[in-house]
Formats: sequence, C-alpha cells, structure tokens
Amino acid sequence: MDDIKKYTIGALVSNRSGVLTRISGLFARRGYNIESLTVCATEDPALSRMTIILKGDEYMLYQMIRQMDKLEDVKKIGCANELDCVYRELMLVKVKAGAAERNQIVQIAEIYKAKVVDLSKDSMVLEITGDPEKLDAFVAVVEPYGILEMQRTGVTVLARGTHTLKDRDCYGDHVN
Amino acid sequence: MMKLKGAEILINCLLEQGVDTIFGYPGGTVLDIYDALYRNGKIKHILTAHEQGAAHAADGYARATGKVGVCFATSGPGATNLVTGIATAFMDSVPMVAITGNVGLNMLGRDSFQEIDIAGITIPITKHNYIVKDVSELADVIRQAFYIANSGRKGPVLIDILKNVQIAECEYEPQKPYALKSFDIDAEKVRRTAEIINAAAKPVIIAGGGVISAGASPYLKELAAKLNAPVAYTLMGKGAISDRDPLCIGMLGMHGTFTAAKAIMASDTIIALGSRFSDRVALNRDLFANGKKVIHIDIDNAEFDKNVKTTVRVLASVDRYIKEVLPLLAPKSGEWMDEVQTFEEGEKLKVDTSIMAYKILKKACAAAPKDSPVVADVGQHQMWAAQFYSAERPRQFLTSGGLGTMGYSMGGAIGAHFGTGKLVTVVVGDGCFNMNMNELSTAVTNDVPLVILLMNNSVLGMVRQWQKIFYERRFSQTTLNKKTDYVKFAESFGARGLRINSEEDIDGVLAEAYTYAEKNSAPVLVDCIISRDENVLPMIKPGQTYDTQLEKMED
Repeated sequence: MDDIKKYTIGALVSNRSGVLTRISGLFARRGYNIESLTVCATEDPALSRMTIILKGDEYMLYQMIRQMDKLEDVKKIGCANELDCVYRELMLVKVKAGAAERNQIVQIAEIYKAKVVDLSKDSMVLEITGDPEKLDAFVAVVEPYGILEMQRTGVTVLARGTHTLKDRDCYGDHVN
Repeated sequence: MMKLKGAEILINCLLEQGVDTIFGYPGGTVLDIYDALYRNGKIKHILTAHEQGAAHAADGYARATGKVGVCFATSGPGATNLVTGIATAFMDSVPMVAITGNVGLNMLGRDSFQEIDIAGITIPITKHNYIVKDVSELADVIRQAFYIANSGRKGPVLIDILKNVQIAECEYEPQKPYALKSFDIDAEKVRRTAEIINAAAKPVIIAGGGVISAGASPYLKELAAKLNAPVAYTLMGKGAISDRDPLCIGMLGMHGTFTAAKAIMASDTIIALGSRFSDRVALNRDLFANGKKVIHIDIDNAEFDKNVKTTVRVLASVDRYIKEVLPLLAPKSGEWMDEVQTFEEGEKLKVDTSIMAYKILKKACAAAPKDSPVVADVGQHQMWAAQFYSAERPRQFLTSGGLGTMGYSMGGAIGAHFGTGKLVTVVVGDGCFNMNMNELSTAVTNDVPLVILLMNNSVLGMVRQWQKIFYERRFSQTTLNKKTDYVKFAESFGARGLRINSEEDIDGVLAEAYTYAEKNSAPVLVDCIISRDENVLPMIKPGQTYDTQLEKMED
C-alpha cells in the first residue's frame, strides 16, 4: 500500500432524496475511509455539492472517484488541488467557563477571531471559522478549560480563480 | 397527445423500446399493470414459477440477444425474489429493466402489507434505480432506465412504481428511444498501445465479456489475424472467438487451459479487451502480469488499475478501439504462434478424456443444433461446459460468471429460448437443479425446447473438490444423496425424462433427446449419472501464479 494521505474530493450531485444513501453505501461497501463529508446547496437548485475528505492511498482515491463517477446521480467529480483551493470549516464549541476563566477565554477567542455566541453562568459557546488546521489549533488551546461539547460542520472547498467544478471536463489529469 | 393511466403509459413506453417479451409474476400491487398488459395484448408475457426464474429469464433473454431483458414482479416478496437475478445481471453487465409495483403513496412508509423498500435493497446491485411517486415522471423514467441499462457498461435498472401512479392519468406522447451517445477516444493513448503492440514479440489477447457486449467479435478476429496472436478468453468472453479458430487457445483462469496458462507465462505483452482481471482470471493480481506490458481496453473507467496495473489503458468500447488501432499495427509473422502450437500439443496429452463429463459434453455439443445456445449453471459442470462444449459465436454460451449463481440455468435457458426461438441446451448439476427445478414447469407450459443435461453426481461437486484439496477430504454437507428419481420427476412435470447410466447410453440418449425436444418443442431432461469423484482440471489455486497449474488430483 502506498502512503496514507488526506484527499479532498468535490462532487456535484443531483439534489434528490436517496443520493446520500447511494454514495455513503458505496463508501461502506468498498471500504473507503471517510474522514468528513459535507453536503450543501449550490447556485443551481437541481444540484448539491459534496465535499469529502478521504483518508487513504492513491489507489483508494482513484477507485473512489471512478466508482462515484459511475453513479447516475453524480454529475461532476474532482479531486481538489490543495494549493489552489480555499478550505473552510465552521465549529461551535461549548467551553466550561466560570467567572474566573471568562476573560482568558475571550482573549483566546479574539486571537483566533472566534465569536462568543452564548454565555451562561458556567459556560460559553464560541463560533469559529477557518481551515481545519486553525480549528484544530483552537481546540487545543481551549481544551484545558474543559470542552462540554463541540460540533464541526466538515470542510467545504472552492477552487481559487475563475474555474469551477462544473466546468471541469474530467477528473483532472492525475486521475484520468 | 392522449390521456392514459400510468399502467398504460408503462406498457406503451415498453413498446417504444421494442420490448416483445416480459418475464414475470403478478400480485396485488401490479394488478393494474397486468390489466394494462392484458388489454394491450401486444407483448408476450411468460409466467414463471418464481420471480427469481423471471429475473434469470430476463437476463438469459438479454445475454442471448443483446437486447434489454424485462421482468415484472409485485411488491414485497415478489420484489425481493428478484434480487439474486438482478445481482447476477449486475455482476455480468447484462442489460435488464426490472419493474416492481409498490403500495400507494398513502400507504408508503407504514409497513403496509407486502411493502418493502426494494429500491433501497437494490442500490448496490443496480446501475441505477427509481421509485416513481408521480405519474408525470413515469414515461421519462422508463426511457431513462432503458438508456442507462443499455449504455456504457451495461447492467440492470430497477423501477419501483407505486400503485397510485399506475392508476393516475397523465398526458402521454410516444417518443423514440434515446440515441446512445458515442464518446471520444483518446487517440494519443491508442497510438501508444500501437507502439507497444508493434514492439511486442509475444502478445497474448485476452477476450472478456466486453468483446461480446460491444459486438466486437469480427474486429477481434481481424486483430488476432493481423498480429498472429493467440486469443484466450475469460468465462464471460467464451464465444467472443470461435473455439475452432486456430488462434483461439481456450479459456484463461483458475480452470483455464494448459495452453492459455503457458502462453500467458511466455508472453511479453497482454492485450486485455473488455476484461476486468477478476480474481478467477488474474488469481494473483500482483504477479499475474509481472514484468509484462499490459494494455487494458475497457468501457468502465473504474476497472483500470483496480486489480492489475496497466501500462496503457484506453477508455473505449472494444469494437471502437480495434477499429482505431488496426491501421496503426504492422502485421506479425507466425513465429510466436508456432511456439504456442507446441503448448497445444502438450495439452492434448493432459486433458482427461476418460471422465463421463467430457464424453457427454463433447457429444452433446456435436448433437445440438448448430449455433444453438447453451446455458451452464454454476460449479464443476459449468467449468466442464466451458472447457469441452465448443462455442462458435458470441451469445451462444451463457452462464453466471461474476456472481456464480447456482440455479441460474433454468430461468436463463427459458429466456434464451424466447430471445432466439432456438432449442437451448442446459448443463446443470444436481445441486443447482434442485434450486430452481420449479421452472421446468414453465418450460413445459410454454413449449420451450430444452435439452437439460443434468450432471448428476449426488454431491456438490465443486465444493467437494475444494474440500479434497483444502480440507483434507472432510466432506461437510456436500453429499446430497437425494432419493429423487429425476426421470420420474421430469415426467410428472409433463416433460420427457431420459437417463444416461453408462458410456454406451450417450449416443442413443442424446440423439433421442435432441430429436424429441426439437420435434415437439418441449423440454427433455437427461439424468446423466456420473461419478462423484470426477474433478475439474487443470486448476490453479486461488492467489497462485500460472506456473502452478495442477494437472492431477489424488482421489
């Protein structure tokens, strides 16, 4: 097996019930290791966009893209080139925060450009957006205060510049 | 434009697609469809004994003709009974449209009587499937389903039509079937394959099922002749080249010929046409093509580098590729083929011609009407049929390869008959026959001329063979020892029953069987008594390489 890496795959899929089942079923049955999967609306109401982070080797990446491409509901698919893309993820974190810790946490939040979206006697909810590494770093810093619960949306990705997934005629040279 | 009920729209759309035969079984949620079928009266419907038989028949029809096979079933158990048949078609890329009814929208999701999520169940075994909830979508869904089933790498599509959709009315306008799109072929890659082939001293062509799907046999013949290259076929590719063609070296794989194994070992370049290097062919996927150039032509992009690493791959149908590459190829001399001929001489000494299976199948092949289809079930008899029963043309030899569905043959043969109008030979083991022997009644009722060669060894022969090799002869649950008298069984179903007890019976019984079946357009079952210790040889063990072919077995 080749080196295990993280790959980001973008796919435009029909916005219909059952599509997610078809795709997640495919991953399960072929044994692909998915780290995150997001589905969201796009500028075209007929299409949804999926962003999938695959943990695997090149063999798995190629197989996954090609197998997904065979599904009728997958209209376009491509592997994102890390350097040419903007990655964003949103996270909500509920941190244990009594009166004594509150100020310190607010300071940390300012440095990371996180927002306080809820405050109670013993806790705080923080909202932060950024690339996954920034979110990881933020978690590491607030963790000592005690994380009560947190949620990450998963990664969404867009290519820089004018080109779009829709315009790509194929998966990109490195795959085809 | 005219206003029709959903069920009538379905029948009309099937007629648009040129459907002439449907295999199926009625039930509560398809009553309206069956009523529309009855009133329309233009499509022949074959009522099988079981929905699995209907699915296999639709599959056999499709394999024998190249057209899309169609089956009907009701909701719930009717639909789930189709599942094995759909999976069989999926694994072998057979175009099929399966249509099921389901409860009405107001009952859906309430665990109603005979309600089942057949679309959910069949996601992994269909190219695509639909649940039709609105009659306005129905016509287009049916047209798309046929297009999907028949385009690219072919396969089954399921349409689940809710009861309310069958009853609701909608405007209907007839349309022509969608034209199949042809897509671009990468000329640069074709040129690179030509370079490799021109430089090759010892090329071997592997013909897979894709050659047959693409109707590429005439082109394959041209290619092989120009290169003077041996052609080995996979189980799914049997018939892609005539077994009598001097360049044909027989089947490749676990139970392939000695010649094909030697040729693969000695070759420097493998040209795989419409073949997916399954584990029964490549065996050891890492060592199969060790040090050789591999050219892979396939219509399914996901097959490239899945099992065997390729040197150059071309995404195209096989016919299209050969048409493009032929002008770029230089003819080759017969030197390599002369070497291959020496392997063939060696092989003649190795084939065990003493086994009854060999004698019966060789003689059946000669006795059967020329070019008539043969359907093999799954197991030892299937491999013997692949080894000993010559196929002259594509779509003559039909069998469940990928899924290996025991019980395929009876339904498959009924479908093949209705597709071709020909007498069909069935090669089936007693294990397989017991799985779907109910369909003998379908063959009798519908005057289907079949010669059923029941290779009766009272054991599950292939599993037993593996128990001999890998489990120190512990024959766990593979001895059948049924008391069934298959001749009487056949007679009780209204079919003719004959028996071959020993070698002397073969000629006479076969002649009688084929004459009777053809003259009376009726099925004949021939109970062929064979030893439980006849083995399928040669054999390469799973995961092994082609130089480890087993030629003999201790009994």
